[in-house]
Amino acid sequence: MWKTVLRRLLIMIPQLIVLSIIVFILAKMMPGDPFTGLINPNTDPKEIARLRQAAGLNDPIWVQYFRWVGNLFHGDLGTSYVQHVSVTSLIADRAVNTFWLSLLTVVITYALAIPMGITAGRREGHWQGTLIQIFNYITFAIPGFVVYILGIWLFGYTLGWFPISGSVSGSASGFFPVIWSRFYHMLLPAILAAVISTTGTVQYLRIGILDNRVEDYVRTARSKGVPEKVVFNKHILRNSLLPIAAFFGNTITGLLSGSVIIETVFNYPGMGQLFMDSISQRDYTTLTALILLYGILTLIGNLLSDIIMSIVDPRIRIQ
Amino acid sequence: MAKDKKMKKDNSQQVSTPPLGIRIVLREIVKDKAALTAFCIVIAILLFCFVGSLFLNKSQVTEINIAESYYAWGENGHIFGTDEGGRDILKLLIMGGRNSIMIGISVTLISMVVGLIVGIFAGYYGGIIDSIIMRIVDFIQIMPNFPILIVLATVIPNYNAYTLVGMISIFGWTSSARYYRSFVLAQRGREYVMASKTSGSSDLQIMFREVLPNISSMIIIDLVLGIAGNIGVETGLSFIGYGLPITTPSLGTLIGYANDPVNVTTRPWLWMPAAILLLIISLSINYVGRALQKAADARQREN
Repeated sequence: MWKTVLRRLLIMIPQLIVLSIIVFILAKMMPGDPFTGLINPNTDPKEIARLRQAAGLNDPIWVQYFRWVGNLFHGDLGTSYVQHVSVTSLIADRAVNTFWLSLLTVVITYALAIPMGITAGRREGHWQGTLIQIFNYITFAIPGFVVYILGIWLFGYTLGWFPISGSVSGSASGFFPVIWSRFYHMLLPAILAAVISTTGTVQYLRIGILDNRVEDYVRTARSKGVPEKVVFNKHILRNSLLPIAAFFGNTITGLLSGSVIIETVFNYPGMGQLFMDSISQRDYTTLTALILLYGILTLIGNLLSDIIMSIVDPRIRIQ
Repeated sequence: MAKDKKMKKDNSQQVSTPPLGIRIVLREIVKDKAALTAFCIVIAILLFCFVGSLFLNKSQVTEINIAESYYAWGENGHIFGTDEGGRDILKLLIMGGRNSIMIGISVTLISMVVGLIVGIFAGYYGGIIDSIIMRIVDFIQIMPNFPILIVLATVIPNYNAYTLVGMISIFGWTSSARYYRSFVLAQRGREYVMASKTSGSSDLQIMFREVLPNISSMIIIDLVLGIAGNIGVETGLSFIGYGLPITTPSLGTLIGYANDPVNVTTRPWLWMPAAILLLIISLSINYVGRALQKAADARQREN
């Protein structure tokens, strides 16, 4: 077990190196440097040149790369060109919001997808199964942002059931009202994002159940006189849940990539919105840090998914 | 020797005449009434966008005329009203639909060709070549493509529709490669491949003359589903303002009007038609793709 985890961690090292190189190249392609924000009509160009020299921006590119990586290990992501505060603190504020929104989305996704997948598998050929199949096809086909826009228009603006922007209302005070207000603001984006991301889980679960229920071990269990309920819950369902564990990493990656769009539509102050703001304000240090963070988080999501997989299914442990 | 040659000839006649991809498409679609409807809708939208745009002059459509700004539905002869710059939404819809579909098709074709070549090589040779290629594919697939595409859109000089197509394709080919690899893996142990190898065909010949025709229906499915998916990527990027440049209409840019709280409620004509058109395009193209997939799966079970 631990060997598998260790080997999987070793695979991640080259991935991290390639990721850091890609992010560094992207960062170098962006115009400007840390002193761009300091320039004003009174600045002496010679002074800027001296600062650049002192900061090592005239060094060979690989020296700059290794210095950048070295700073990363100290948790130093640089200073924002625009807001003149450390990027680490800027991102930390927003990452919390994105974390809670993603967590709520994942919870709702599985709360919707697992019952739907089970019903689709058990009631294949009945109207319930067909209905879920149609729903599944629609959520697969429609691009997410169209659902968000139609959702915010219908439930936010027209019906007024949900708040349309922000992460907490200004009038909320006290511990529980603030918590409730935050939850209420996350609810509509989380539900819409969850509906879109049920597709994979429902499909895997449905196919798993359909495949497993005709297997020999199920017939053996039945012929031994195991009650139908136990056959389903203990034998069929447990084996059908395996691929969902493998799909977990994909769900995380999808949520992170999707956070850019969903936070733009719902004006939610998370990492995705910070990303869009940094782009439009040309705040390149923040931008570089965010891409790096997005990349590392998806790598970790994938790692988690492989580890979970090796826990629940001993067959795939790497020898 | 003569006998050998004869056997080879017989064998090739038997295996290398699978029905042509396009014929399968038509046959399967006509059988399934819902898929036929979806197919007709796709054709109707293609006609609407492509024939419609023949009658439009690009510079005239995107010309700004402040005097006509924000006409509502049906006012002054504008069926879907006008936007801030007085441009007719119906005309923008036709041009935007055409551009979005064209980009979807171009990205899919590039991804398909690259993915097919890479996938066939990986699947056919297996071993170390396969491992290296699949590691690269895995890595690109787990990257958060959307944020990276947005950054690329801002740092690339002379950003236009062609660079957009190239950028989306960088991420697009990986899923095609994975898809084709799995089919080639299943084919490479088949008797017809062995027979061809014994009779001295080169690897390239086997890959592209023997294996390729056998996965032709998979190519059609990949193309159809890929076009729908890539239209989604392009419109998504244009929606947040980092896809097609402002001067080139796109369905995504039109739906992007809904990012302004005022437009969402008081000027639904700006974004609603584009959202509905995109919805219909995505649903119908995907339905055709799914119907084809079902047909191909059923046929594979028969074999």
